[in-house]
Amino acid sequence: MGTAAIEVRGLWKIFGPKADRIIGSPDAELDSAALRAKTGCTAAVRDVSFEVRPGEVFVVMGLSGSGKSTLVRCLTRLIEPTGGDVAIGGEDVRGMSATQLRELRRHRVSMVFQHFGLLPHRRVLDNVAYGLEIQGVAKAVRHEKARAILSLVGLEGHEDSYPDQLSGGMQQRVGLARALAVDPEVLLFDEPFSALDPLIRRDMQAEVVRLHREVGKTMVFITHDLSEALKLGERIAIMRNGSIVQVGTPEELVGAPADDYVADFVRDVPKSHVLSLRWISRQPDADEPLDGPELPADTVIHDAIPAAMASARPIRVVADGELVGVVDRVDLLGAVRLGEGIGAQAGEALAGTRSSSASASASAPSAEEA
Amino acid sequence: MVAAPADIAPPVPVAERAQRLARWLPAAGAVLVVALYVAFKNTAVLPHDDDASLFHWLNDARDWVDENRNTSPFFLYFVNYVRLGVAELFTLFQTALTALGWPGLIGVAAGLGWLAGGWRIALVSVVGFAGIGALGLWDASVDTLALTLSSVLLSLVIGIPIGILTGRSPRVRRIVSPVLDVMQIMPTFSYLSPIVLLFLIGPASATIATMIYAIPPAIRITALAIQRVPPTAVEASESLGATGGQTLRKVRLPMALNTITLGVNQTIAAALSMVPLVALIAAPGLGVDLIRALARVNVGAALVPGIAIVIIAIVLDRITRSAAVSRARSSAVRWAGFAVAIVAGLALTPVLAPEFPEQWQIQIIRPINDVVGWIEANWYGFTGFLNDTVAYGLLNPLQDVLTSAPWWLITIAVLGFAWRFSGLRAGLVAAGCLVAIAALSLWEHGMETLTIVLVASVITIAVGLALGIAAARSRWFAAVLRPILDAAQTMPSFSYLLPAVALFGNGRFTAIIASLIYAVPVVARLVEDGVRAVPGTVVEAARSAGSTDRQLLWKVQLPMAKSSLLLAANQGIVMTLAMVVIGALVGAGALGYDVVAGIAQQEDYGKGLAAGVALVLLGVMLDRITQGASGRPNSKKKRIA
Repeated sequence: MGTAAIEVRGLWKIFGPKADRIIGSPDAELDSAALRAKTGCTAAVRDVSFEVRPGEVFVVMGLSGSGKSTLVRCLTRLIEPTGGDVAIGGEDVRGMSATQLRELRRHRVSMVFQHFGLLPHRRVLDNVAYGLEIQGVAKAVRHEKARAILSLVGLEGHEDSYPDQLSGGMQQRVGLARALAVDPEVLLFDEPFSALDPLIRRDMQAEVVRLHREVGKTMVFITHDLSEALKLGERIAIMRNGSIVQVGTPEELVGAPADDYVADFVRDVPKSHVLSLRWISRQPDADEPLDGPELPADTVIHDAIPAAMASARPIRVVADGELVGVVDRVDLLGAVRLGEGIGAQAGEALAGTRSSSASASASAPSAEEA
Repeated sequence: MVAAPADIAPPVPVAERAQRLARWLPAAGAVLVVALYVAFKNTAVLPHDDDASLFHWLNDARDWVDENRNTSPFFLYFVNYVRLGVAELFTLFQTALTALGWPGLIGVAAGLGWLAGGWRIALVSVVGFAGIGALGLWDASVDTLALTLSSVLLSLVIGIPIGILTGRSPRVRRIVSPVLDVMQIMPTFSYLSPIVLLFLIGPASATIATMIYAIPPAIRITALAIQRVPPTAVEASESLGATGGQTLRKVRLPMALNTITLGVNQTIAAALSMVPLVALIAAPGLGVDLIRALARVNVGAALVPGIAIVIIAIVLDRITRSAAVSRARSSAVRWAGFAVAIVAGLALTPVLAPEFPEQWQIQIIRPINDVVGWIEANWYGFTGFLNDTVAYGLLNPLQDVLTSAPWWLITIAVLGFAWRFSGLRAGLVAAGCLVAIAALSLWEHGMETLTIVLVASVITIAVGLALGIAAARSRWFAAVLRPILDAAQTMPSFSYLLPAVALFGNGRFTAIIASLIYAVPVVARLVEDGVRAVPGTVVEAARSAGSTDRQLLWKVQLPMAKSSLLLAANQGIVMTLAMVVIGALVGAGALGYDVVAGIAQQEDYGKGLAAGVALVLLGVMLDRITQGASGRPNSKKKRIA
């Protein structure tokens, strides 16, 4: 297997009697309702393949019931896959013995859960040290490590609290700290913030971005929240009925949705907050001055506005030192105004009324990424 | 409201006709049974015969066991070792508790109370145990405590692992559940005889009998606690690479601990309610005094050990209950209290007299008997009237009918009845139980016991239903009733015999009153919970449609509480049976008396053993009849109401 941190090939999970016989049979082509009616089985994950690069934040996004939580559990066989291959760090997970699998979970992959999964009878410190404890690490060592991790997630001073004495956001920080404490290569997040209040959620998302910058782990992040996916994901896989519909960068999803389903999903996303200058740059007209401000081609359109405000001259869009095109104020305004409608089938009129609220909710990500 | 079952819904004419027929069938059946009774009265009756060949055969079997007790490998290498081991355990507890001395034991109890629930519980423990000393029953109480603790220890050592397995594995659950069901239906008397056969009379048998009664709650509650551990915590542990054993030790058990402690509480309560019964098989302790006094109808002398058992029950209940409720986030104060109380107690032991001081003891037997005498003299008009009304108005006529009807008619009637209310399978099991009782040559005694159970059940369910509904509808009434019911449920079951005996002397009616006090709290609680569980939105909708309170009750609350009502009826009847059987100690006779006699007298052993089996059969029969299959929604409810 290659150098990917995680490589998934043709993964299936079917719940129900004699599930393994369905893969490869004509029944595998049936949609979920027909499959359930015919065999009594439910296909939660259908023939899913993807790769996650080392250090990447890979988001799997889908509505509830799309199989995303099952998928992430199949990666470390918390749910046993029915078919297909999973490799983590080049090692075949499905072929691992119980002991090897335990070692994988102990040292290399850890997970953060939607409902935290904290142990109410243990102090925060002992919750965080739990992973080390089951590895057999001595008490003093694991407590020291746990304290360090707690300060990393901003929970110093709460070591001796019990989980139920903390707010939801703080509890999830404990969950995060517990996952980080074993210093894994890969962190799996199963909708970690969907049980939190919106404001706390935003803090926690920023926290994940910060942690990713500081510790640089490979992360697989499950969410049903598109703005969360766009904010965190370097690449996003969109799941529907157990299959992956499209994998791509936020720009690719928003700019070039693979099908109507994805298009419908990203319809309300303000394009100027996701798409880069590359999407709107054009060849300079003959009489245009080329001494305006210079911006990289992957600058988000929205973030180019200050530069355009500062200078009336067209912005020079460069990639790898080469001029790829220019963008002037009219282009920018057009992208902000009309960009709402790019790829959307909805009427132009709606876009105008929607844009204010939509851009408000989506303004945070670009601020983060800037 | 109550949805029509699917088999009624299709508008096919044939089904409709069958449906009409089915509605008409019970009435026709009832008429037919009455007609058959009139026609075949006094034929095919099975009068009691003390010399039935089965009894002799069982006696011979007992003799064989007695002869081979020290030669058969089964006894030599298994049964006898179990007996010795259990007896050793009891002796160990007895020796240890005695060695503590009364100040030491009170100190330990206070320390544990302090640790579990702070100074209040410590105070309850001190006052309670000192009270036992003041009643002049210290030594007997220590024996009872030793017996209780050893059987509770065994129950937990065996029950908790089984409970964990049961909670973890659906396959084990499928095996364990029905076994526990039968164990809980079994009246306690029924297994005394076989245990005595295997383990002889004495503390070992008593401990084992107590354990059999006390182990089901230990298993059930442990299983429940393990099942209820949040799956996310377990998953989180597994995702970090914990082994099964690590997840069990570090996640499942700690998170289930509070609930399991409640299971310990229930186990202790069950064990204590066996105290007087195991005195019948020569267990030392408070039960001995109690049984002896009951036999002489000396209410005062029976009440004093009864009070001592209740006190032990309350102290142990409070300690374990607060241990279950309070988080074990060890506070230094509690540990300090624990240590101080124990050290103080132990330090006082060598200083104070080994016996509980005479001058601190109070004599209450005589005053109690004076009160009882006064009640007998002055209330006789009332108690005698009640007693006679129930005896001549209800018990005797019903018993006449049941004993003069042909056995096959009763069996068919039970089959039909159970079929109608709980389905064919339940009907067949119930009828099978009756046939087996006939085959055990105990038909007549079985019918006598059944008579008392039926009358007691009807009264119990009626009273429980009324109280439960009243409590569900009136906050005020519930506030008054709840603590009383709570207290009643902590008491060991037999303790209800004592006030009943005080009021009504010996006899069947006393057993009925005792079972009433025993079972009504549970029935009322289940009814109240069921009615209260009706969603507020539904009640609100019914009110907004203009329902009167009465309409609300009959058309909304009771139909929606149906499953609770069925459960209440079922529990009421099973508990009534258990109490009626114990009522043999106060002259309720029939099967329960056969068991007692079988233990007391060599030549009646066979009959006693058979009677024990008959009691189990009776219990299973009553349970199956009232189980209420889900497919038959309405009929059962109407009957109760």
